[in-house]
Amino acid sequence: MLPEIEQYFRLEKLPHMWCPGCGNGIILHCLVKAIDKLCLDQNRTTMVSGIGCAARASGYLDFDTLHTTHGRALAFATGVKFAKPELNVFVLTGDGDCTAIGGNHFIHAARRNINLTTIVFNNSIYGMTGGQYSPMTPSTSRATTSPYGNLERPFNLAQLAIAAGATFVARTTTYHTKQLTDLIIEGYKNNGFSLIEVVTHCPTSFGRQNKMGSPADMLKWQRDHGVSAIRYEKLSPEERADKFITGILHKAEAPEYTAEYQKLLEKLRGR
Amino acid sequence: MSTEPRLVQGNEACAEGAIYAGMRFYAGYPITPSTEIAEILAKRLPQVGGKFIQMEDEIASMAAIIGASLTGAKVMTATSGPGFSLMQENIGYACMAEIPCVIANVQRLGPSTGVATAPAQGDVQQARWGTHGDHPIIALAPSSVKEAFELTVRAFNLAEQYRVPVILLLDEVVGHMREKVTLPQPGEIPVLDRNKPTCDRENYYPYRADSDKAPAMASFGEGYRYHVTGLFHDESGFATEKPEIIHGQLKRLHEKINQHLAEIITYVTEDIDDASLIVISYGGTARAVSRAVKLARQEGLKVGIFRPQTIWPFPEEALGELAARGKKLLVAEMNFGQLLLEVQRVAAGRCQVHSCLQSNGELTQPEIILNKIREVY
Repeated sequence: MLPEIEQYFRLEKLPHMWCPGCGNGIILHCLVKAIDKLCLDQNRTTMVSGIGCAARASGYLDFDTLHTTHGRALAFATGVKFAKPELNVFVLTGDGDCTAIGGNHFIHAARRNINLTTIVFNNSIYGMTGGQYSPMTPSTSRATTSPYGNLERPFNLAQLAIAAGATFVARTTTYHTKQLTDLIIEGYKNNGFSLIEVVTHCPTSFGRQNKMGSPADMLKWQRDHGVSAIRYEKLSPEERADKFITGILHKAEAPEYTAEYQKLLEKLRGR
Repeated sequence: MSTEPRLVQGNEACAEGAIYAGMRFYAGYPITPSTEIAEILAKRLPQVGGKFIQMEDEIASMAAIIGASLTGAKVMTATSGPGFSLMQENIGYACMAEIPCVIANVQRLGPSTGVATAPAQGDVQQARWGTHGDHPIIALAPSSVKEAFELTVRAFNLAEQYRVPVILLLDEVVGHMREKVTLPQPGEIPVLDRNKPTCDRENYYPYRADSDKAPAMASFGEGYRYHVTGLFHDESGFATEKPEIIHGQLKRLHEKINQHLAEIITYVTEDIDDASLIVISYGGTARAVSRAVKLARQEGLKVGIFRPQTIWPFPEEALGELAARGKKLLVAEMNFGQLLLEVQRVAAGRCQVHSCLQSNGELTQPEIILNKIREVY
């Protein structure tokens, strides 16, 4: 581990419990690099996570950390941030956690535009329970609960976030680590609800069932399928079919919830 | 706050009691018959510098107050039966992670959507056993507007002192009833705060109790940088699967309540010494019982009243003594027998236990209880 990021980890809790080849560690690394570059006060920064593989991330990080109930990370985080807006609050959640059981909280946190930096670890599967399909499992992909191929259509989480009112929406992969770090920095700087969707690889539960090869092969898949908006524009409809856009997908200005409430308090105090 | 008596609704007394106790963070989702609590707090909390938020559902409400409590705020939500059911998983989380919070459940007739505006006391056992797993709980049941205020303050004191969720079991009768009361002035009722750590970060263990009550609780943002989880955890807060540590932590959760029963449990008695029959009731039902017992006394029947304010933990020692003295017990409640089960358990065959149960969306009339008193006397 790079010495400059060691201070952000609870070293005694390592090594982590994620499977060999898992992409979650890459996301964690990029997160703490972003925090380091932002020079955030470790004592004033909170990590909130739900349940699942990704959600275990909070335990490894040396901040105030809150490992909550399944799908509810954003609701807990709303309480933390609203009660103490001076805290920097990051939400670490998986695709199953955030978009299935937590789907309602997700759209409402985005709608409220509360200042939370949400990182969705999208490995397209329920990893901790052993590989069941999630709302972000691609159609026709295999999972233990879709042994004949997934019949459901996946969410486009970025589009969902934009429609719900998020003011910063970005997507990248665990292959694009520099971009991931930069997007977390940009997301943090946004004064409102920020979503950074990270396409990550789960070689154990998703890769094996879908014959994706080694973890390195899965990273190569991310390299070849995650493309910038500019490149995407130049692709033919056939070429676009299995590609997804990376980078900042949406930025907007809108009132931030805790700031609006603060204004209300000041207005009432002035009376 | 006015020192003049005024007409106050039960739900309003609950909201004002919460503010009196220092509650400054409320998250909730509207549901009849608890809605006035949210409406009043939406107006009142910003006036006192507090935070009010209407969440997307009851699950989120419960989650948000836990998050807010971790930043040091005194927190509350209010709901009714269906919403209370939705909150249960996160109430269990608050038990496990020892997060002080208050949940007011203004009970309505169930199961399911039931009758939204009708009184009932059907959540007594849900308050006790609604979550999964095995943990103690504290639940209080006021039966007047004044008591709704006082027990709300008490609920916060208990929550903060023992680091537990405390459930306020109101019912539609108490919640919507209006009575002439003078609400207490600051200082009249003690207001207690949670125990905060004074040690440095290296020596802070969020789940190590120095006393037989609850461990000191640091607020997020104060530099302690600790971990909170709903997983079984050791003293440091990190997950463990070691049976001896799990046993120790769970035992401590039970003991921090069970070793302070005398301090936690309160009840009101009337005319029990010479009584051969004692009517046990709580909440709205106790109003009708009070009238029925008065009428029974006028007829020369020696009837007394035992009214628990603390439903959980159940006042079994006090009731056990009455059972041992061979008094007849009569339980009146707006359900098909929930507290009755506890009374039967405590009586354990030592005395007769009768019941006057009604669950039809109406408050039991005093005459019905009086007839039952005459029948079993």
